[in-house]
Amino acid sequence: MLAYALRRVAASIPVILAATFVVFLLVSLTGNPVDRLRLLDPPPPPEVLAAEEQRLFLDQPLLTRYWLWLSGILRGDFGPSVDEYLQIGPEVFSRFAVTFRLVLLAMLVALVLAVIVGVVSAVRQYTVIDYTSTFFGFLFLAMPSFWLAVLLKEGGVFANNNLGTTVFYTVGESSVVVEGGFWASFVDGLGHLILPTIALALINFASWSRYQRASMLEVLNSDYVRLARAKGLRWRKVMTRHALRTALIPLVTITALDLANIIGGAVVTETVFQWRGAGRLLLDAIRARDVHVVMAWLLVASVAVVLFNLLADLLYAKLDPRIRYD
Amino acid sequence: MTDPPQQVRAPLPLADQPFAVTERTQTQLVLRRFLRHRLAVLSLLVFVLIVLFAFVGPLLWKYTYFTSTPDNSQPPSLTHPFGTTGDGKDLLALVMRGTQQSVKISLLIAVVSTAFGTIWGAAAGYFRGVVDAVLMRIADLVIILPILAVAAVLANSSDGAWWMVSLVIAGLVWSHVARVVRGVVLSLREREFVEAARALGATDARIIFRHLVPNAIGPIIVAATVLVASGILIETALSFLGFGVQPPDTSLGILISEARTAVQTRPWLFYFPGLFIILIALCVNFIGDGLRDALDPKQTRVRQ
Repeated sequence: MLAYALRRVAASIPVILAATFVVFLLVSLTGNPVDRLRLLDPPPPPEVLAAEEQRLFLDQPLLTRYWLWLSGILRGDFGPSVDEYLQIGPEVFSRFAVTFRLVLLAMLVALVLAVIVGVVSAVRQYTVIDYTSTFFGFLFLAMPSFWLAVLLKEGGVFANNNLGTTVFYTVGESSVVVEGGFWASFVDGLGHLILPTIALALINFASWSRYQRASMLEVLNSDYVRLARAKGLRWRKVMTRHALRTALIPLVTITALDLANIIGGAVVTETVFQWRGAGRLLLDAIRARDVHVVMAWLLVASVAVVLFNLLADLLYAKLDPRIRYD
Repeated sequence: MTDPPQQVRAPLPLADQPFAVTERTQTQLVLRRFLRHRLAVLSLLVFVLIVLFAFVGPLLWKYTYFTSTPDNSQPPSLTHPFGTTGDGKDLLALVMRGTQQSVKISLLIAVVSTAFGTIWGAAAGYFRGVVDAVLMRIADLVIILPILAVAAVLANSSDGAWWMVSLVIAGLVWSHVARVVRGVVLSLREREFVEAARALGATDARIIFRHLVPNAIGPIIVAATVLVASGILIETALSFLGFGVQPPDTSLGILISEARTAVQTRPWLFYFPGLFIILIALCVNFIGDGLRDALDPKQTRVRQ
């Protein structure tokens, strides 16, 4: 299993490298970040501009720049940012720590909801429950994530105004000043997570519950479930031990494949709730044409996706006894 | 729901009796199966109406999306059915323009990425081996990157022209089609008619475009429909973030972005554009479902 995991990681390295190369070329071709300084009035002296270009490797040819970036990564150096005082490495990781909190919690909520709703509507096929969940599934599938996020945020503000106290936090990932110790800041962080998590979870829950319903239906109609019932096992036991276990397998793959898009969705959700997370970092970097920040961002995101897919594959073997990795 | 067998009136001698069942072409069969899917037909109708609203509406409506009227922040009324914005623009005209841009962009996304993905996937599935491995690894590149993030990076250099936004998004979603087509072609290429074509001396290009792609048309059309729905959601999200269509032009995403602080004071600005996005995506999804059932009856779980 370990050998398999290592082989998988090794195989994904060229894919990540190629992706970074393409993105590096494209971002570099979109424009020169130093041009912004040239527009200043009065323009800075040419020596300053030249020094800035040299600091950002802009005086080098494109391929050399990519090589400088890549060799820097191997040494743990993410390269210079347009903002002279920004340490890209620590900044990217601390911002992603905030974002992954949201992403993982939203995935968890969406998964639990999707499994419950999918299984219930498969077991109770063509009942009111099934039709209701199908309706909401299609609705959330068609709903733009940012629209839902704004709606939830305004709903939170509305509830706060009517109740006279702050029940839902609608701005930022944590309060500016938190009094009390670790516990107080934990509760504060959790409070800020509620609405963004719901917004991000509902969108993904929609398609996952459809998958779960389909795979549960397929399993319920299979021979081995019928056999398990026929040999006298309890219904509840058949459902959990035989049916659900197998029906979860497709969802594991779908979840892992969707991670990249959930991170994309988190960028939108964070924008709506004004978080200082990875989303804001990326959007600011794109506007400033800050190549190295964009590259560090995409590198962290793509490595996360690759590792997550690997985890899903290993989980596969746990769920399905027919799969073995040697 | 099978048709009653046609009755032959005058009993003819058996040998002269005409074949009693009218022949139907593949297209007719698909059409009949699609028309039986009521929700899909209704969705198609609504979608056509929305397209008319977006493309013909602006020609008929008295206001345009760029003219300001003296009425600022008016709630919906007879003169302004959708109300007006803070700077006195008629929201109905804005929504028409926004819908037009969003529909145009998502249709182009579907066309470009389907065409490209089909060729890519067909080549990978047909040639197999090294070609397959290389082509599909390239297609994998797109999966490990968040589409929205990369689209924002790429669209930043463009000036927000609608076709540029389309091409950027199409460049990131085509791999889905490629994967579907590859799967179908992998099994089709082993069939006898392909062998026959090869025996007759058909070139690879001819086999791919004349024999394989037409036989894979069902899954391709369904994938294209799905792309229209996801295309409109990506485009509006991109415009919402400020990287898609640029003002003074407008899109449904921009309208919602501008309305997000006014949800409670001027709710019409927020709800109308959102309603149109949901309606379009919902209709396209239902049309896709109907097409899937019509083109690929094997996949239908529910028999009608």
